[in-house]
Amino acid sequence: MEKTRNEKAWFLVLPVLVLVAFSAVIPLMTVVNYSVQDTFGNNVFFWAGLEWFKETLASERILNALGRQAFFTAVILAIEVPLGILVALSMPKRGVWASVCLVLMALPLLIPWNVVGTIWQIFGRVDIGLLGHTLAAMGIEYNYTQNALDAWVTIIVMDVWHWTSLVALLAYAGLQSIPEAYYQAAKIDQASRWKVFRYIELPKMSGVLTIAILLRFMDSFKIYTEPFVVTGGGPGNSTTLLSIDLVKMALGQFDLGPAAAFSIIYFLIILLVSWVFFTVMTNLDKKEGK
Amino acid sequence: MAQITLKNLAHSYLAAPTGDDDYALKELNHVWKDGEAYALLGPSGCGKSTLLNIISGLLVPSQGRILFGDDDVTEKSTADRNIAQVFQFPVVYDTMTVRDNLAFPLRNRGADADYVTRRVEEIAHMIDMEAELDRKARGLTADAKQKISLGRGMVREDVNAILFDEPLTVIDPHMKWELRTQLKELHNRFGHTMIYVTHDQTEALTFADKVVVMYDGRVVQMGTPEELFETPAHTFVGYFIGSPGMNLLDAKIDGATAYVDGTEIPLGASYGQPQGRVQIGIRPEFVTLSADEGVPVKVRRIEDVGRHRIIRADFFGTQINIIAHEGVSVSPEMTRVVFEPSKVNVYADDWRVEPAALGRAA
Repeated sequence: MEKTRNEKAWFLVLPVLVLVAFSAVIPLMTVVNYSVQDTFGNNVFFWAGLEWFKETLASERILNALGRQAFFTAVILAIEVPLGILVALSMPKRGVWASVCLVLMALPLLIPWNVVGTIWQIFGRVDIGLLGHTLAAMGIEYNYTQNALDAWVTIIVMDVWHWTSLVALLAYAGLQSIPEAYYQAAKIDQASRWKVFRYIELPKMSGVLTIAILLRFMDSFKIYTEPFVVTGGGPGNSTTLLSIDLVKMALGQFDLGPAAAFSIIYFLIILLVSWVFFTVMTNLDKKEGK
Repeated sequence: MAQITLKNLAHSYLAAPTGDDDYALKELNHVWKDGEAYALLGPSGCGKSTLLNIISGLLVPSQGRILFGDDDVTEKSTADRNIAQVFQFPVVYDTMTVRDNLAFPLRNRGADADYVTRRVEEIAHMIDMEAELDRKARGLTADAKQKISLGRGMVREDVNAILFDEPLTVIDPHMKWELRTQLKELHNRFGHTMIYVTHDQTEALTFADKVVVMYDGRVVQMGTPEELFETPAHTFVGYFIGSPGMNLLDAKIDGATAYVDGTEIPLGASYGQPQGRVQIGIRPEFVTLSADEGVPVKVRRIEDVGRHRIIRADFFGTQINIIAHEGVSVSPEMTRVVFEPSKVNVYADDWRVEPAALGRAA
C-alpha cells in the first residue's frame, strides 16, 4: 500500500512541542543555567562550572537530608505496599459494599496535600487535637513539635493514611482481573490460602504492583507539602526531607546556584532509581516467562 | 472411586426462587455409575455447568442431596470430595514450571516425593509435554496451557471422578481429536468416572459411553449415542442431535397411522390415540425422495456437503430435511417422499410416546 506523505502533519505535533517546551524543557534548562553560574545580585552572573555540584555532593547537610529521605521512603514503602495488598484482599469483590469501599478508599486521595497536612497538624496537637489530646489524657507523652521520634511517627502515619489507598486500589484492580476459575481450580487442587496468594494472586498483581511501587517511590521521594505543614522540617532538622531542604536553600537563603545543582542531582536520583526499579521488575517478569 | 447419586437435586441462583423458571437446574434424580464415561450435552445456559459445579462442590445446591457411594457429601468442601475438574479456559500457575504445576495437587495432599516425580513423568508423557517440564508455564500457548490443566486433572489416581467443563474449547481442531482420543484411552486404562460437559454433539458422542442431554435445566434423556439417534426421548434431543436435526411434523395419530394435513403416513407400531400436541419425528437419514411413492413435497434447495446432500423441502408448509447419500441420484421428477415407518417416533407434548405394540398393527 502506498504511504500518504503530508508534510503539514508536522503542524499537528507542534502544540505538543510548544507545551512540553514551556512546561518541562525551558524550566529545566533555566535550572541547568543557574547550576553552573554564580551571582552576587543585580542579575550579574559569573561562570562557576561544576563548583556547585561538587559542593552539593560534599555537603553534609544535603547528605543528611538524603539519608532521612531514603529512610522515609523505605519505611512508607515497607508499610504501604503490604498493607495496601492486605486491604485489597479483604475488600468485598462485588455488590454494594464493593462500591462503598471503593469510594471510602478513594477519599483520602482526593484531599489536597496541604489540607492533609493541616488535618494532621491539628489532629496531633496536644492542646486541641483529638489524637494529641487523647494520647495526653492516656498519659502518653506525645509532642511532634518537640520530640523527633513523635514527629517521624506523625508524618509516616499521615503518609500511610493518605496513600495506602492508592496501592490498595491498584492491587484491587489486579485482583478483580483474576477469573473465578483460578480460585475454583485452587480449591480442587487443595491449595492453602497462602498458596492461592503466592501462586495466583501475587503473580496476577505483579504488573499493577510494579506501577504502585514506582508511583509511591517517586511521590514519597518528592514529598514536600504535608510534612512541611505538620512539622516544618523540625524539630531541629529531624524531619527535613530533601524537598524541604531544597526550598529552604532556594527561597530561604536564595542560594540559587547551589539550589539548582541540588535540584538536578535530586532529579537524577529519582530518575535513576525509578529506572532501576522498572528494569529490575520488568526483567523479573521476563525471566519467569522463559 | 464411587458411584455418584443425585437425589431430588435442584438449584437456583436466586435467594428465594418462586416458580420453576427461577431454577437453573430443575429437580432431578440421577445416578452416575462408577467408572463410566458420561457426556453432559446441551446448549449454553441449560444448566450443565451448574450441575457439574454442584457435583464438584463449588456450588451448594438449593435442595437435594449428593451421595458418593453411601457417603453424603452435600455439605462437604471440594477438597474433601476428592474430585478433579478441568475448566473451559486453561488454569495454570504462571510462575511455576510445568513440572510444579503438574505436581501441585499431589504435593498439596502431602504425597511422597518419589511418587510425585514418577507420576509427573507419567502424566507429562501422556500429554506429550516432557520436553517442556522445566519451563515456566507463563508464555506457553493456550493449547499447551490447557494440556497442563488436563494433566493436573489426571495426576491424582485416587479421585472419585474427573469432571471436564468444555475443556477443549480453546484447543485447535486437530489437537481436539488427539486429546479426546487420549482422554478416552485414559478412561479405558484407569477406569475413572468421567463427566464431560460440552455443547458439541460430536465431542459428546465420540467421548462418552452414555450421553446425558440437558435442556432448560432438565435432563431430557440419558442414553447411548445410538439410543439418542434412534429414539430421542424428547423433541429437543431429536432436534439437537444430528445434523441437520430430526424433522418434526404436527400430526394426528390413530393406532399405527399418522395423519399430517389429512395425508396418511404409516407408522412402525401402534401408538393408540395420544393427546396433547402430537408430533411425529423422523431423522433426515430415514427419509427418501421418490418419483412415484409416498407423500408430495416441494423441493426448495439442495446442499452438497461432500459426504452427502441435504435436501430442504416444503411439506405442507413445514420445512423438512432429507439426506441423500452419495450415489443416490436426485432428479426433478422426485417430488414425493417416503418415511421409513419403523424409524418414525411419536411425540405428545414434546415427550416420546412408547409404542403400544411392536410390529406393524394390521
